[in-house]
Amino acid sequence: MRVKFDTSALGQTKFHQYAIRFIFGGCITVAAGLVASKFGPAVGGLLLAFPAIFPAGATLIEKHEQEKKEKKGLSGTVRGRQAASIDAVGSAMGSVGLLVFALLVWQFVASHPAWIVLPGAMAAWLAVSVLIWEMRLRARTLRRKDRRDPRASQVEGE
Amino acid sequence: MIQILLRFLVGGVVVSAFALIGDLLKPKSFAGLFGAAPSVALATLGLTVATKGASYGATEARSMMAGAIAFFLYASFVSWVMMRYRFQALSVTLGAMPLWFAVAFGLWSLGLRP
Repeated sequence: MRVKFDTSALGQTKFHQYAIRFIFGGCITVAAGLVASKFGPAVGGLLLAFPAIFPAGATLIEKHEQEKKEKKGLSGTVRGRQAASIDAVGSAMGSVGLLVFALLVWQFVASHPAWIVLPGAMAAWLAVSVLIWEMRLRARTLRRKDRRDPRASQVEGE
Repeated sequence: MIQILLRFLVGGVVVSAFALIGDLLKPKSFAGLFGAAPSVALATLGLTVATKGASYGATEARSMMAGAIAFFLYASFVSWVMMRYRFQALSVTLGAMPLWFAVAFGLWSLGLRP
């Protein structure tokens, strides 16, 4: 399965949907700062991994997939739900990268310049997330092969 | 007030940028990775380290680890529910929010409370 860019999704998203994400993103960033000021950085830090725009994103994916099916005259309810579910699986994998990001910042930001630590931790987030995604994909491919011909994957594994 | 406005703008731009990247990518499971991008953290930590110092930022990042574990459980739960039951995405994602709070604050109270 190849990763690709699909610019057609841009046309499907309406202006107010972009605005909702912007406002949610801005609000949670402000909230994280205010909570840290009021209750200390140990509590405020929790909000740095808050799934702020996850509900908006999942709803949007469900809606787009539903509309695609309905244009073909089919009910897209199930497809929409499945697409949102698959997106959530991706986010779960990305959250492991998020954990690595936080770990690296915690360990290195006090002793190294932030302009090096933050982009470095960002690169680690991307690398870990993509690696887990790739591993899951390969494991699934292998399982499918197993179902078709159990001996085929045994030979490959040897 | 200016700092709050600055945080709002930077947070809005960074979060929207990651969401946009996620929109453009296929397949869906890969695009989903960007739903857990450290967008709020990037927007916040840069400003925090600049204004309040690096050790303050390090404390926030330590707590963020608990938030990330909570995010993993939350997203896994949302995916499981949506694949098995006939609920709409908005109701599941919002309805499961208490799970994130319970796990994040639970982990915080177990090991991160000063």
